[in-house]
Amino acid sequence: MKNLMQVEAINEAIHEEMEKDEAVYYMGEDVRASIYGASKDLFNKYGENRVLDTPLSENGFIGAAVGSSLVGMRPVVETLTSFMWVAMDQLVSQLAKMKYMFGGQASLPVTIKADMYYNGSMAAHHSDRSYPFFMNMPGIKVIVPTFPEDAKGLMKTAIRDNDPCIVFVDGNLGGLKGDVPENSEIENGELLIPFGKARVVKEGTDCTVVGIVNSNVHALSASEKLEKEGISIEIIDPRTLVPFDKETILKSVEKTGRLVVVDPAHKVCSAASEIISVVTEEGFWNLQAPPVKVASEQVHIPFSPALEPLIYPTEEKIIEAVKKTLE
Amino acid sequence: MIPREKHILMLQRMMRIRFFENKLIECQKAGEIVGALHTYTGEEGVAVGACVALNDDDYIAGNHRSHGHPIAKGGDINKAMAEIFGKEDGYCKGKGGSMHLADFSIGILGESGIVASSVPVATGAALTSKLQKKDFVSLVFFGDGASNQGACHESMNLAALWKLPVIFVCENNQFAVTTSYKDSVSVDHVSDRASAYGIPGVLVDGQDVVAMYEATEQAVIRARSGEGPTLIEGLTYRYEDHSLGLANVRRDGNYRTDEELNDWLNRDPIEIHKKFLLSQKFATKEEIDKMENDEIIAVDEALEFARKSPYPDAKQLFDDLYTDPINFA
Repeated sequence: MKNLMQVEAINEAIHEEMEKDEAVYYMGEDVRASIYGASKDLFNKYGENRVLDTPLSENGFIGAAVGSSLVGMRPVVETLTSFMWVAMDQLVSQLAKMKYMFGGQASLPVTIKADMYYNGSMAAHHSDRSYPFFMNMPGIKVIVPTFPEDAKGLMKTAIRDNDPCIVFVDGNLGGLKGDVPENSEIENGELLIPFGKARVVKEGTDCTVVGIVNSNVHALSASEKLEKEGISIEIIDPRTLVPFDKETILKSVEKTGRLVVVDPAHKVCSAASEIISVVTEEGFWNLQAPPVKVASEQVHIPFSPALEPLIYPTEEKIIEAVKKTLE
Repeated sequence: MIPREKHILMLQRMMRIRFFENKLIECQKAGEIVGALHTYTGEEGVAVGACVALNDDDYIAGNHRSHGHPIAKGGDINKAMAEIFGKEDGYCKGKGGSMHLADFSIGILGESGIVASSVPVATGAALTSKLQKKDFVSLVFFGDGASNQGACHESMNLAALWKLPVIFVCENNQFAVTTSYKDSVSVDHVSDRASAYGIPGVLVDGQDVVAMYEATEQAVIRARSGEGPTLIEGLTYRYEDHSLGLANVRRDGNYRTDEELNDWLNRDPIEIHKKFLLSQKFATKEEIDKMENDEIIAVDEALEFARKSPYPDAKQLFDDLYTDPINFA
């Protein structure tokens, strides 16, 4: 076992997959210099043919990744969620739709590593948490890792997957440390985490708290405080939103009878909205109180440090929500 | 020197496109097919000249005017026709329709309904060719309207920068739906824009299939030798309106004159090439008549094939969305 930061775990995943398969290449803006850390040492190790610095042309180079995947490569593209808006035509019209539209002829093993740098005084153009948009678009797999072990294992699974995957990486978690098993400690020698399997982060009895990305960190600290008041919460990290492991959540709600979903995306049509909808439709008779959504306020991200923190889910908001379900 | 067989092949494929499209126009008017229908009649010289200059395993991608490109590349007209009829035996099992023909088995990487959206995709196929040190060339068709999309400019910059083996073929058919390219393109010719990327820009008479072939052949040589992309602009004209369905709802007058249409009809790419073949003694009138007859029969058979093919079963609705479809909704 080793203790890694999330960004180091992702870097390790990319190194392992590039080592294993020559069809994997890494592309994006400033990736050779590794300004965000995930591509550290890739250029030194794999050189200019496998680590490509692109012009500032997101629609162009994400489209190029799509085209190159159709005929034999497995591109991993690094970008920021906020820059993906520029590439929406290629992401939606091509990456998401080609396989279905062409009757299954197209194979699109593209991984987009989409960094979300919110809650850092970057204002409205650099703080997007856009995974709900892609949950609404058939054809894309939506990956939302929290803990370093999951970040590594899900990133590796994404690169090996034959469908388009967007791995949404929460910039607030880059420095989060956690245990990651050594390959020698794992049965088949490598860390691959399957899609569509939630992680029970912490078991509990009184209320189910589903956390998306950084929300799990807030939920854990909320849990410690609630324990002192005699309230036990069960924390579940879905890890992937498409595919989605509803069974684990429904089973937990069967036990606790209560549900809080914590999601840093804007609250309207958020991942939280969908999860609450699924539990309400399929687990209604197990609910002892209305589910509560703790998601970002439905407003753009303001610059001022006096305003921005008001937007996102916090430990305090989670505590309040859990208590509301227990009233 | 273009070999005789290629000259013959070019006439054959142009005629195949013409009869295929004319048959579809009949079927559309009879209410037999649904949805949009963007026909390629008048523009055959561009796709055929370009595709016949490629190898069978080179890649092409195109746009919503989707029938001419795959036929020019040697696609199967039975599967194309069945797809346009929304049938199970169609190229895309009825999921794509008229705007989205594709045949990955012969390098036809699909036609896009969003103009210019195939341009980055074709550029990416060329990137694979470069990264894998393969010999494949990638060629993409787009219109004068699409040339104004950012995707075009981003791709041309990227392809020129990385010297990718891609050929950009602008089919300048004079109109983006009803807007003249003179009212939407800032320079005299789309091909003038090549200088902005430091690549060759070639203006070609798109009604002359031989000229299109020759221009493409040069671009292929350049691409395969690692020198990078070429932008070819084929000047052409579509005989029908943008989409057959759309013509019926046009209310505010005509965007083009009968005189203009007649001028282009008098420069029909098929007639020009027939005359060329006769003058060069590459074919006799009898041989051409026989080819024509064979193509009419082939298109009739394709129509029969499409009519007989079943509609996809409701069970196929979710097929081909994901490789391993579990827990998606």
